[in-house]
Amino acid sequence: MALSVEELALQKMRECPQAVALGMETLSWEGPVATLRVPYKPELVGDPDTGVIAGGVVTTLLDHTCGQAVMAALGAPTPIATLDLRIDYMRAAEPGLDIFARAHCYKLTRSIAFVRAAAYDRDAEDPVATAQAAFMLTGPIDTAPAEPVP
Amino acid sequence: MSLSPAQQLDATLARIPYARFLGVRGELAGDEMTLIMPFSPHLIGNVTLPAIHGGVLGAFLEMTALAQLSIAQGLARQPRPIDVTVEYLRSGRPVESYARAQIKRLGRRVANVHVEAWQEARSRPIAALHGHFHVSPSDGVPA
Repeated sequence: MALSVEELALQKMRECPQAVALGMETLSWEGPVATLRVPYKPELVGDPDTGVIAGGVVTTLLDHTCGQAVMAALGAPTPIATLDLRIDYMRAAEPGLDIFARAHCYKLTRSIAFVRAAAYDRDAEDPVATAQAAFMLTGPIDTAPAEPVP
Repeated sequence: MSLSPAQQLDATLARIPYARFLGVRGELAGDEMTLIMPFSPHLIGNVTLPAIHGGVLGAFLEMTALAQLSIAQGLARQPRPIDVTVEYLRSGRPVESYARAQIKRLGRRVANVHVEAWQEARSRPIAALHGHFHVSPSDGVPA
């Protein structure tokens, strides 16, 4: 009761071991849009010859940011499950730079959320990767009646 | 040069910091490769279930595709993803995970790869990936 929705979301993030391991951080969380960052770290490099961060880190950042956007759209941390995630890799991330992701939950039905996202390093208009995801809302939420969990 | 394919696979994975971050290792039986991701608490995305992070599963599948392509190409160069689609079939439980890739087509520039990950039973996959990868040796920029 004492915590705002945003504080709850941040708390959930801090409780996610993989987000903590990556050093992932929520930068903003408003309306149906969430923006997150993962810092550049040597242990996350995917290509030791170039120092480029692994595609898998971008995958996890995009998945997580999409999930946060769903919760931002719902206005509450709620259990969700990723149905599918499509990622287009535009270019290699620049070695040494943090990676950001911005996700927009553009459609919410009673049981499904649809999200688009982009990951970038310097400029949001020059993405490293873009993503499209669908999530199943698996738990009871305030804004829509609960459906039986399969 | 004198390394066996299995030793090359081990050496390749050992060189990639992110593979070490996930704790992934490989096994090779002939040309059939399995990547193994032992469970570790930092892989968890949802503490309530608990379940392995969906992004980690996607990353594991992608790494399997890249490793399989490297083997097919004699591990000479690192392939790069163009696009991937990950389907989540079951939640990843806090146990060891396995993945195998099948190269559907290996062209001069682009390869099409399907990957499946499972835990207790291969007939009950937890996630699947299909994607395209750059395999051409000299192009520095996406075609």
